Amino acid sequence: MKYAAKIEVSLKPGHSNPEGETIAHLLKELNYQVERVDVSKVYTVTLEATTLVEAKVKAEEMSKRLLANPTKDNYTIDIVEQ
Amino acid sequence: MKTQEIKVCVMRVGGTNCDAETARAFQELGAQAEIKHINELAKHNNLLDYNMLVFPGGFSFGDYVRSGVIFARSLNTKLGKQMKQFIDENRPILGICNGFQILVEYGLLPGFEGTSQYPEAALTTNVPQGFKCKWIYLKNENKGKCLFTNKIPQGKILKIPIAHGEGRFLFPVEKEKQLLQKLIDNDMLVFRYCDENGVPANGVYPTNPNGTYYDIAGICNKEGTIFGLMPHPERAMYWWQEPDWTNKTHMTQYGDGKIIFENIINHLKNP
Repeated sequence: MKYAAKIEVSLKPGHSNPEGETIAHLLKELNYQVERVDVSKVYTVTLEATTLVEAKVKAEEMSKRLLANPTKDNYTIDIVEQ
Repeated sequence: MKTQEIKVCVMRVGGTNCDAETARAFQELGAQAEIKHINELAKHNNLLDYNMLVFPGGFSFGDYVRSGVIFARSLNTKLGKQMKQFIDENRPILGICNGFQILVEYGLLPGFEGTSQYPEAALTTNVPQGFKCKWIYLKNENKGKCLFTNKIPQGKILKIPIAHGEGRFLFPVEKEKQLLQKLIDNDMLVFRYCDENGVPANGVYPTNPNGTYYDIAGICNKEGTIFGLMPHPERAMYWWQEPDWTNKTHMTQYGDGKIIFENIINHLKNP
Protein backbone atom coordinates (compact mmCIF):
# COMPACT_ATOMS: atom_id res chain seq x y z
CA MET A 1 0.00 0.00 0.00
CA LYS A 2 1.07 3.57 -0.61
CA TYR A 3 0.84 6.16 2.19
CA ALA A 4 1.55 9.87 2.47
CA ALA A 5 3.15 10.84 5.77
CA LYS A 6 2.99 14.51 6.61
CA ILE A 7 5.76 15.16 9.15
CA GLU A 8 5.77 18.60 10.73
CA VAL A 9 8.90 19.66 12.61
CA SER A 10 8.65 22.69 14.89
CA LEU A 11 10.72 24.36 17.61
CA LYS A 12 10.26 23.14 21.16
CA PRO A 13 8.91 25.79 23.53
CA GLY A 14 11.56 27.71 25.43
CA HIS A 15 14.05 28.02 22.57
CA SER A 16 14.73 31.33 20.80
CA ASN A 17 12.72 31.77 17.63
CA PRO A 18 14.77 34.21 15.51
CA GLU A 19 13.09 33.31 12.22
CA GLY A 20 9.57 33.79 13.61
CA GLU A 21 10.58 37.04 15.33
CA THR A 22 12.07 38.41 12.10
CA ILE A 23 8.91 37.54 10.16
CA ALA A 24 6.66 39.01 12.89
CA HIS A 25 8.71 42.22 12.84
CA LEU A 26 8.27 42.58 9.09
CA LEU A 27 4.55 41.80 9.23
CA LYS A 28 4.19 44.61 11.79
CA GLU A 29 6.03 46.94 9.41
CA LEU A 30 3.44 45.94 6.81
CA ASN A 31 0.78 47.18 9.29
CA TYR A 32 -0.53 43.81 10.47
CA GLN A 33 -1.40 43.42 14.14
CA VAL A 34 0.77 40.36 14.69
CA GLU A 35 1.48 38.98 18.15
CA ARG A 36 3.75 36.06 17.29
CA VAL A 37 4.94 33.92 14.39
CA ASP A 38 6.04 30.30 14.78
CA VAL A 39 7.83 28.62 11.91
CA SER A 40 7.78 24.90 11.17
CA LYS A 41 8.89 22.66 8.33
CA VAL A 42 6.55 20.16 6.71
CA TYR A 43 7.88 17.08 4.90
CA THR A 44 5.38 15.06 2.89
CA VAL A 45 6.86 11.61 2.43
CA THR A 46 5.24 9.10 0.09
CA LEU A 47 6.15 5.60 1.18
CA GLU A 48 5.28 1.95 0.76
CA ALA A 49 4.10 -0.07 3.78
CA THR A 50 1.92 -3.12 4.30
CA THR A 51 -0.24 -1.48 7.00
CA LEU A 52 -0.95 1.94 8.42
CA VAL A 53 0.82 0.92 11.64
CA GLU A 54 3.98 0.00 9.73
CA ALA A 55 3.82 3.31 7.84
CA LYS A 56 3.60 5.16 11.17
CA VAL A 57 6.58 3.27 12.58
CA LYS A 58 8.65 4.13 9.50
CA ALA A 59 7.65 7.81 9.64
CA GLU A 60 8.54 7.89 13.33
CA GLU A 61 11.99 6.46 12.56
CA MET A 62 12.55 9.01 9.77
CA SER A 63 11.71 11.82 12.15
CA LYS A 64 14.07 10.61 14.85
CA ARG A 65 16.95 9.64 12.57
CA LEU A 66 16.93 12.61 10.22
CA LEU A 67 14.19 15.20 10.23
CA ALA A 68 14.16 16.37 13.87
CA ASN A 69 16.93 17.12 16.35
CA PRO A 70 15.50 16.20 19.78
CA THR A 71 17.55 18.96 21.40
CA LYS A 72 15.31 21.63 19.92
CA ASP A 73 12.60 20.08 17.75
CA ASN A 74 9.14 18.58 18.26
CA TYR A 75 7.45 16.68 15.48
CA THR A 76 3.96 15.48 14.60
CA ILE A 77 3.02 12.82 12.05
CA ASP A 78 -0.18 12.63 10.05
CA ILE A 79 -0.60 9.66 7.70
CA VAL A 80 -3.16 9.01 4.99
CA GLU A 81 -3.54 6.07 2.64
CA GLN A 82 -3.19 7.03 -1.01
CA MET B 1 56.21 9.75 13.60
CA LYS B 2 57.85 12.41 11.46
CA THR B 3 55.76 15.39 10.34
CA GLN B 4 55.99 14.41 6.68
CA GLU B 5 54.60 10.94 7.52
CA ILE B 6 51.40 12.33 9.04
CA LYS B 7 48.45 11.70 6.73
CA VAL B 8 45.43 13.97 7.11
CA CYS B 9 42.14 13.22 5.35
CA VAL B 10 40.03 16.29 4.54
CA MET B 11 36.64 14.79 3.76
CA ARG B 12 34.27 16.50 1.36
CA VAL B 13 30.87 16.09 -0.26
CA GLY B 14 28.88 18.34 -2.57
CA GLY B 15 28.63 21.77 -0.94
CA THR B 16 31.89 21.56 1.02
CA ASN B 17 33.88 24.68 0.18
CA CYS B 18 36.74 25.10 2.67
CA ASP B 19 38.56 21.87 1.83
CA ALA B 20 41.44 23.42 -0.17
CA GLU B 21 42.52 25.99 2.41
CA THR B 22 42.13 23.47 5.24
CA ALA B 23 44.38 20.98 3.43
CA ARG B 24 46.84 23.78 2.67
CA ALA B 25 47.13 24.70 6.37
CA PHE B 26 48.32 21.16 7.16
CA GLN B 27 50.58 21.07 4.10
CA GLU B 28 52.14 24.39 5.10
CA LEU B 29 53.26 22.74 8.32
CA GLY B 30 54.75 19.76 6.51
CA ALA B 31 52.04 17.11 6.89
CA GLN B 32 50.43 15.20 4.01
CA ALA B 33 46.83 16.34 3.57
CA GLU B 34 44.53 14.84 0.97
CA ILE B 35 41.05 15.98 -0.01
CA LYS B 36 38.82 12.94 -0.38
CA HIS B 37 35.18 12.66 -1.37
CA ILE B 38 33.15 10.45 0.95
CA ASN B 39 32.28 8.09 -1.94
CA GLU B 40 35.95 7.64 -2.79
CA LEU B 41 36.70 6.61 0.80
CA ALA B 42 33.71 4.24 0.81
CA LYS B 43 34.78 2.71 -2.50
CA HIS B 44 38.40 2.12 -1.47
CA ASN B 45 37.58 1.35 2.17
CA ASN B 46 40.69 3.29 3.18
CA LEU B 47 39.73 5.81 5.87
CA LEU B 48 42.03 3.97 8.26
CA ASP B 49 45.05 4.83 6.09
CA TYR B 50 44.89 8.30 7.67
CA ASN B 51 46.14 9.49 11.04
CA MET B 52 43.63 12.28 11.29
CA LEU B 53 40.28 13.27 9.82
CA VAL B 54 38.95 16.77 9.14
CA PHE B 55 35.45 17.90 8.22
CA PRO B 56 35.96 21.34 6.67
CA GLY B 57 33.53 24.22 6.37
CA GLY B 58 30.91 24.76 3.70
CA PHE B 59 27.27 24.02 3.08
CA SER B 60 27.26 20.26 2.72
CA PHE B 61 24.21 18.97 0.83
CA GLY B 62 22.97 22.57 0.60
CA ASP B 63 22.28 22.67 4.38
CA TYR B 64 19.03 20.82 3.62
CA VAL B 65 16.97 19.64 6.62
CA ARG B 66 19.54 21.05 9.12
CA SER B 67 23.16 22.07 8.60
CA GLY B 68 25.41 19.01 8.67
CA VAL B 69 22.73 16.38 9.27
CA ILE B 70 22.71 14.80 5.80
CA PHE B 71 26.52 14.53 5.73
CA ALA B 72 26.41 13.00 9.22
CA ARG B 73 23.80 10.36 8.31
CA SER B 74 25.53 9.61 5.01
CA LEU B 75 28.82 9.18 6.83
CA ASN B 76 27.25 6.73 9.23
CA THR B 77 25.71 4.74 6.40
CA LYS B 78 28.74 4.67 4.10
CA LEU B 79 31.67 4.65 6.51
CA GLY B 80 30.11 3.74 9.87
CA LYS B 81 32.38 0.75 10.63
CA GLN B 82 35.56 2.60 9.66
CA MET B 83 34.45 5.66 11.60
CA LYS B 84 33.87 3.53 14.70
CA GLN B 85 37.36 2.04 14.50
CA PHE B 86 38.86 5.48 13.81
CA ILE B 87 37.14 6.86 16.92
CA ASP B 88 37.87 3.79 19.10
CA GLU B 89 41.57 4.12 18.26
CA ASN B 90 41.42 7.76 19.44
CA ARG B 91 42.61 9.10 16.10
CA PRO B 92 41.96 12.87 16.11
CA ILE B 93 38.94 14.34 14.32
CA LEU B 94 38.46 18.04 13.66
CA GLY B 95 35.26 19.76 12.53
CA ILE B 96 35.37 23.38 11.39
CA CYS B 97 32.09 25.34 11.06
CA ASN B 98 29.93 22.99 8.95
CA GLY B 99 32.30 20.28 10.18
CA PHE B 100 31.36 21.12 13.78
CA GLN B 101 27.67 20.87 12.81
CA ILE B 102 28.37 17.44 11.27
CA LEU B 103 30.09 16.19 14.44
CA VAL B 104 27.16 17.35 16.59
CA GLU B 105 24.55 15.82 14.27
CA TYR B 106 26.52 12.54 14.12
CA GLY B 107 26.41 12.37 17.93
CA LEU B 108 30.21 12.64 18.35
CA LEU B 109 30.03 15.99 20.14
CA PRO B 110 29.57 16.50 22.97
CA GLY B 111 29.49 12.70 23.25
CA PHE B 112 29.21 12.63 27.04
CA GLU B 113 28.86 8.84 27.02
CA GLY B 114 30.56 8.12 23.70
CA THR B 115 28.81 8.44 20.36
CA SER B 116 25.11 9.17 20.98
CA GLN B 117 22.36 7.65 18.84
CA TYR B 118 20.67 11.04 18.48
CA PRO B 119 22.22 14.54 18.78
CA GLU B 120 22.71 15.75 22.35
CA ALA B 121 23.07 19.38 21.28
CA ALA B 122 22.33 21.59 18.29
CA LEU B 123 23.98 24.32 16.24
CA THR B 124 21.12 26.39 14.98
CA THR B 125 19.97 29.76 13.59
CA ASN B 126 21.97 32.77 14.78
CA VAL B 127 20.42 35.31 17.12
CA PRO B 128 20.15 37.94 15.77
CA GLN B 129 19.24 36.08 12.63
CA GLY B 130 21.52 36.30 9.60
CA PHE B 131 24.77 35.09 8.12
CA LYS B 132 27.70 36.57 10.06
CA CYS B 133 31.10 36.87 8.38
CA LYS B 134 33.50 38.77 10.64
CA TRP B 135 36.60 38.57 12.82
CA ILE B 136 35.98 37.68 16.45
CA TYR B 137 38.01 36.88 19.56
CA LEU B 138 38.16 33.49 21.24
CA LYS B 139 39.43 32.59 24.68
CA ASN B 140 40.97 29.19 25.33
CA GLU B 141 39.09 27.78 28.33
CA ASN B 142 40.47 24.27 28.08
CA LYS B 143 42.69 22.95 30.86
CA GLY B 144 44.58 20.52 28.62
CA LYS B 145 42.13 17.75 27.64
CA CYS B 146 41.71 18.85 24.01
CA LEU B 147 44.48 17.48 21.77
CA PHE B 148 44.07 20.43 19.41
CA THR B 149 44.69 23.11 22.03
CA ASN B 150 46.58 21.46 24.90
CA LYS B 151 49.79 23.41 24.34
CA ILE B 152 47.93 26.70 24.00
CA PRO B 153 48.01 28.48 27.39
CA GLN B 154 44.67 28.59 29.18
CA GLY B 155 43.25 32.09 28.81
CA LYS B 156 45.08 32.76 25.53
CA ILE B 157 43.06 34.99 23.19
CA LEU B 158 42.93 34.18 19.48
CA LYS B 159 41.64 36.38 16.66
CA ILE B 160 39.95 34.21 14.04
CA PRO B 161 37.06 34.83 11.62
CA ILE B 162 33.59 33.28 11.61
CA ALA B 163 31.31 32.79 8.59
CA HIS B 164 28.00 31.11 9.40
CA GLY B 165 24.26 31.51 9.74
CA GLU B 166 23.71 28.60 12.11
CA GLY B 167 26.31 28.71 14.85
CA ARG B 168 24.21 29.06 18.00
CA PHE B 169 25.17 26.12 20.19
CA LEU B 170 22.44 24.92 22.49
CA PHE B 171 21.49 22.09 24.80
CA PRO B 172 17.91 20.96 25.56
CA VAL B 173 16.42 23.84 27.59
CA GLU B 174 15.43 21.64 30.54
CA LYS B 175 18.97 20.29 30.94
CA GLU B 176 21.16 23.18 29.78
CA LYS B 177 22.70 24.13 33.16
CA GLN B 178 23.34 20.51 34.09
CA LEU B 179 24.96 19.71 30.73
CA LEU B 180 27.04 22.90 30.76
CA GLN B 181 28.39 21.90 34.16
CA LYS B 182 29.21 18.44 32.79
CA LEU B 183 31.00 20.06 29.85
CA ILE B 184 33.10 22.20 32.21
CA ASP B 185 33.72 19.41 34.76
CA ASN B 186 34.96 17.03 32.02
CA ASP B 187 37.17 19.77 30.49
CA MET B 188 35.24 19.59 27.22
CA LEU B 189 34.70 23.34 26.91
CA VAL B 190 37.42 24.69 24.60
CA PHE B 191 36.68 28.14 23.15
CA ARG B 192 34.32 30.93 24.24
CA TYR B 193 33.69 34.20 22.41
CA CYS B 194 35.22 37.16 24.25
CA ASP B 195 36.34 40.73 23.64
CA GLU B 196 39.91 41.63 22.69
CA ASN B 197 40.88 41.72 26.39
CA GLY B 198 39.51 38.24 27.05
CA VAL B 199 36.36 39.32 28.89
CA PRO B 200 33.61 36.80 28.04
CA ALA B 201 30.83 38.14 25.84
CA ASN B 202 28.17 37.02 28.37
CA GLY B 203 25.73 36.58 25.54
CA VAL B 204 25.98 40.18 24.37
CA TYR B 205 26.01 40.81 20.61
CA PRO B 206 28.25 41.42 18.67
CA THR B 207 31.04 40.04 20.92
CA ASN B 208 28.92 36.91 21.05
CA PRO B 209 28.11 36.93 17.33
CA ASN B 210 25.32 34.36 17.18
CA GLY B 211 23.54 34.11 20.55
CA THR B 212 25.33 30.87 21.41
CA TYR B 213 24.77 29.47 24.90
CA TYR B 214 27.48 30.45 27.42
CA ASP B 215 29.42 32.07 24.51
CA ILE B 216 30.41 28.56 23.35
CA ALA B 217 32.46 28.58 20.14
CA GLY B 218 34.20 25.19 20.37
CA ILE B 219 34.03 21.98 22.39
CA CYS B 220 35.75 18.59 22.46
CA ASN B 221 34.65 15.09 23.45
CA LYS B 222 35.51 13.64 26.83
CA GLU B 223 38.67 11.99 25.49
CA GLY B 224 39.81 15.28 23.92
CA THR B 225 40.31 13.58 20.55
CA ILE B 226 37.34 15.07 18.70
CA PHE B 227 37.14 18.84 18.44
CA GLY B 228 34.61 21.11 16.75
CA LEU B 229 34.58 24.88 16.45
CA MET B 230 32.52 27.40 14.50
CA PRO B 231 35.38 29.87 13.69
CA HIS B 232 37.71 29.15 10.77
CA PRO B 233 41.36 28.77 11.87
CA GLU B 234 42.37 27.99 8.25
CA ARG B 235 41.26 31.53 7.34
CA ALA B 236 43.67 32.94 9.95
CA MET B 237 46.71 30.94 8.88
CA TYR B 238 48.79 33.63 7.16
CA TRP B 239 49.48 37.30 7.83
CA TRP B 240 47.90 38.32 4.55
CA GLN B 241 44.54 36.89 5.60
CA GLU B 242 44.30 39.33 8.51
CA PRO B 243 41.90 42.25 7.95
CA ASP B 244 44.28 45.01 9.06
CA TRP B 245 47.49 43.93 7.34
CA THR B 246 47.63 47.00 5.08
CA ASN B 247 47.82 49.28 8.13
CA LYS B 248 50.83 47.58 9.64
CA THR B 249 54.49 47.86 8.79
CA HIS B 250 55.53 44.67 10.57
CA MET B 251 53.44 41.52 10.54
CA THR B 252 54.19 38.08 11.89
CA GLN B 253 54.39 35.43 9.17
CA TYR B 254 51.36 33.54 10.45
CA GLY B 255 47.96 34.32 11.95
CA ASP B 256 46.36 33.02 15.14
CA GLY B 257 44.77 30.00 13.46
CA LYS B 258 48.13 28.31 12.89
CA ILE B 259 48.53 27.31 16.53
CA ILE B 260 45.59 24.87 16.32
CA PHE B 261 47.04 22.98 13.32
CA GLU B 262 50.51 23.08 14.84
CA ASN B 263 49.23 21.72 18.15
CA ILE B 264 47.62 18.62 16.64
CA ILE B 265 50.60 17.95 14.36
CA ASN B 266 52.90 18.08 17.40
CA HIS B 267 50.62 15.64 19.18
CA LEU B 268 50.69 13.21 16.25
CA LYS B 269 54.49 13.47 16.12
CA ASN B 270 54.83 12.77 19.85
CA PRO B 271 51.63 11.11 21.08
